[in-house]
Amino acid sequence: MTAIHEAPPAAATPPAPPTRAERRVLRKADRRRRFLRDRSLVLMTLPAIALVLVFNYAPMFGTVTAFQSYSIYAGFWHSPWTGLTTFQRLFNDPYFWHALENTLTLSLVQLVLFFPVPILLALLLNTVLSTKIRTFVQSVVYLPHFFSWVLAITIFQQMLGGAGALNQFLRAHDMSTWNIMTNPDTFKLLVTAQVVWKEAGWGIIVFLAALAAIDTQLYEAAAADGAGRWRRMWHITLPGIRSIVVLMLVLQLGNVLTIGFEQMLIQRFAVGRDASEVLDTYAYFYGVVNANFSLGAAASLFKGVLSLILILTANKVAHLFGEDGLYRR
Amino acid sequence: MTATSLATAAEKTRRNRNRPAWEEPPTAAGQTGKGAVLVFIVLVVLIPLYMVVLTSFSTQGSINQAGGMVLVPHGITVEAYRQIFTNNLVISSLIASFGITVAGTAISVLVTVLCAYGLSRNRSWGHRVILMLLVVTMFFNGGLIPTFMVVAGLGGYDNYWSMILPGAVSVFNILVMRGFFANTSRDLIDAAYMDGAGEWRILTRIVLPTSRAVVAVISLFYAVGYWNTFFNALLYLPDNQKWPLQLVIYTYTLQGNPMPGTGVTQTGTYFGTQQIAPLSIQMAVVTLTLIPILVIYPFVQRHFAKGMLLGAVKG
Repeated sequence: MTAIHEAPPAAATPPAPPTRAERRVLRKADRRRRFLRDRSLVLMTLPAIALVLVFNYAPMFGTVTAFQSYSIYAGFWHSPWTGLTTFQRLFNDPYFWHALENTLTLSLVQLVLFFPVPILLALLLNTVLSTKIRTFVQSVVYLPHFFSWVLAITIFQQMLGGAGALNQFLRAHDMSTWNIMTNPDTFKLLVTAQVVWKEAGWGIIVFLAALAAIDTQLYEAAAADGAGRWRRMWHITLPGIRSIVVLMLVLQLGNVLTIGFEQMLIQRFAVGRDASEVLDTYAYFYGVVNANFSLGAAASLFKGVLSLILILTANKVAHLFGEDGLYRR
Repeated sequence: MTATSLATAAEKTRRNRNRPAWEEPPTAAGQTGKGAVLVFIVLVVLIPLYMVVLTSFSTQGSINQAGGMVLVPHGITVEAYRQIFTNNLVISSLIASFGITVAGTAISVLVTVLCAYGLSRNRSWGHRVILMLLVVTMFFNGGLIPTFMVVAGLGGYDNYWSMILPGAVSVFNILVMRGFFANTSRDLIDAAYMDGAGEWRILTRIVLPTSRAVVAVISLFYAVGYWNTFFNALLYLPDNQKWPLQLVIYTYTLQGNPMPGTGVTQTGTYFGTQQIAPLSIQMAVVTLTLIPILVIYPFVQRHFAKGMLLGAVKG
């Protein structure tokens, strides 16, 4: 990433190959020329850069509070340094491990029960020939993606909650009621169902695009060779969407520790802390609500670093299987 | 067109118009199963929405009769809406939500368009470094607490800018838009250069008009994000007079806290402030948050299929 290698400008090409010093001068001149040419382009990126520096990079440096005993009055500069003691406290806190465990199980449950749903839906929709039906179904299933979690969970509560439509029906028919919304034991399944309801429809969009990109001549040739519906799916469709599935999987793995923050926060009062504590809510309640900034920052930092490692590892594995993953090698 | 596809085109007339000739005719069981699944997923999305909206328009009598959420309409009334539009908290939260959405979307779209265009030219000065600077934030961030401390330190606590600026740029959206801008016809841009147009002119006269779809979709994404602002409001706005709609729903519908000024029975008697808002009022507030999404959605939705996909897949 040191110097950007560029061909020297055509007009300046000397008859003899330039010496190293000459090349450096040329490159410098070229850079200056390009800067003058592109300065309005650079100017246009400045607002975004400023926002990112203030609200993304400054907080990265703010993670130093994880190594301090931070107090609001002393600020970043004057809070005493405590080294790794905050992390010691963090790792000795059973609630932290509980939050981590909840996060990981929830991710696993969603990987198994949510991740395949958009793929299956896309495969199904792809076989629907009528464009009208297809467009209609697509418009309907995309819709919940645009609702907030507050709205989605309110809707779930009105449908499945203690006073919701399902229990009204059960009561009206003299059956025992069933409160799904406040049951900590089935909470992970409930949360997954909510994710499926809200996001599965939107999730199909990338898979549909990948399916549309498959060359129809392949299907035609396979059909001519006597391959039936299922064999065509197995030998053409699935390989055709393999790289996008891997890409989505890598992204999902990168999000393993970020899962469901708002969802958990919103439903905490209903199911209690034990069932709904994930790493992000842990950081929020310790950090902001209880004003233990250092502990919250340490939990955040732990999560950030681990997420980065996860996504890089997942990408590496994708490369090993000959896929592009997030970026090419 | 190849000979085979011409042949299939001719054959299409007597089979299903969309079904290619080589595909075997559908089985009855397959068709039924597929239809059932499609109907099921459509209903799972639509019925709850229908019940929410219908309940908000129902009389207390029909809510009592249904035992809660209403599926079959009996008595229709706009009483709930009349009540919430005289409720200070709901009105102030509506104004707050609209303000945040309009201002936020304007800022975000402006910053995103400018940045995406600034980075859309290959070989331009510094674009690699800037891109790297932005992309890093997609994979690593300081986390909740440090961000909170930075925003609070800059005076964002109890202040509306903290609803907008911390999340104003989405690097993902910049990348998607940059992909589209980079595909603008090179000839068109070169011709404009020849005529002496600067970058600003090229952006506003050539690139933007040819990229309306992606700008529309990304504006919708930002607008929905701001309309759905919940956590930032919980974090930074302590005063319920400043709350946006989502936080009002969370507090008074989901948590069922008594809502100031809505302790009203069917006959309109004021019961004081210690009563949970009636279901119809709760659902009316929920419906209010649904309406803008349902209104804008059809206009932008048709762009998803074409535009967004490719960018998203490439990005």
